[in-house]
Amino acid sequence: MSFITRGFSGRSRERDERLPPGQTLVHDFPVLSAGPTPDIDTADWEFTIRTESGSQSWNWDEFMALEIDEVSTDIHCVTHWSKLGTSWRGVSIDTLFEHVETGYDYVMAHSYGGYTTNVPLDELRGGKAWVAFEFDGEPLEPEHGGPARLLVPHLYFWKSAKWVRGLEMMPTDEPGFWEQNGYHLHGDPWKEERYW
Amino acid sequence: MEHVDGNALAGPLAEFFSFDVTMAVAKCEGCGSIAELARAMVYASDAGTVVRCGSCGQVLMTLVESEDRAWIRFTGMGAIEVARTSAAG
Repeated sequence: MSFITRGFSGRSRERDERLPPGQTLVHDFPVLSAGPTPDIDTADWEFTIRTESGSQSWNWDEFMALEIDEVSTDIHCVTHWSKLGTSWRGVSIDTLFEHVETGYDYVMAHSYGGYTTNVPLDELRGGKAWVAFEFDGEPLEPEHGGPARLLVPHLYFWKSAKWVRGLEMMPTDEPGFWEQNGYHLHGDPWKEERYW
Repeated sequence: MEHVDGNALAGPLAEFFSFDVTMAVAKCEGCGSIAELARAMVYASDAGTVVRCGSCGQVLMTLVESEDRAWIRFTGMGAIEVARTSAAG
């Protein structure tokens, strides 16, 4: 029973069970980036899903007219920080795929600025991922990926591509930017899938 | 032509990898500009280091470091030119 062993453990406090292995809790929001911050006006913003048979695009106003979810979630960066209970608003990938048919199982997310990251489609659907445009009640700041970023909180946060502009369906799982350069193809924080 | 295994690289690559990397010259495969790596734009974060062409911004190379390993990738550059240190040898 835990109340017996706790006194002998020598630990001053219990580890937060919401923290995956190797992660440390932070209260600020560190910025990590692979290049300059793109300056994208929502008037010029467009989001496109490309499949084997064509494409579906939304401009900003069309995107805002879709069903919008409120999301409260923990996020985990591969550089060992985690943030608990973050608040977002965005459009579920499930909502977007109501308008799209594909037989392909894998996705490459593309961003303004050229960044890419790969995620299997079944890890984006089923209430697991969003295109988010608000953080903590405010429009998403450009340095955090605004106007909109992918939000895939069950994977390390490099998969939550900042400045996202579209999803490309793929028949096989191809590595994105960081995945070609040493990081794990999948990136599950609970399995510590950090690197190759 | 017969080939030998990779152990034969030890000599020539030992010389190559002893150069001052910032003095190395590389050609950007995006815009074709040829420049010393010291002129490139470096975006360094805890996730990794991304080196971009000083002229067009294309990624030239990336460096990722974990606690016990490191990965380097020459993504967007062609041949690398270095000054020979043993030319008189």
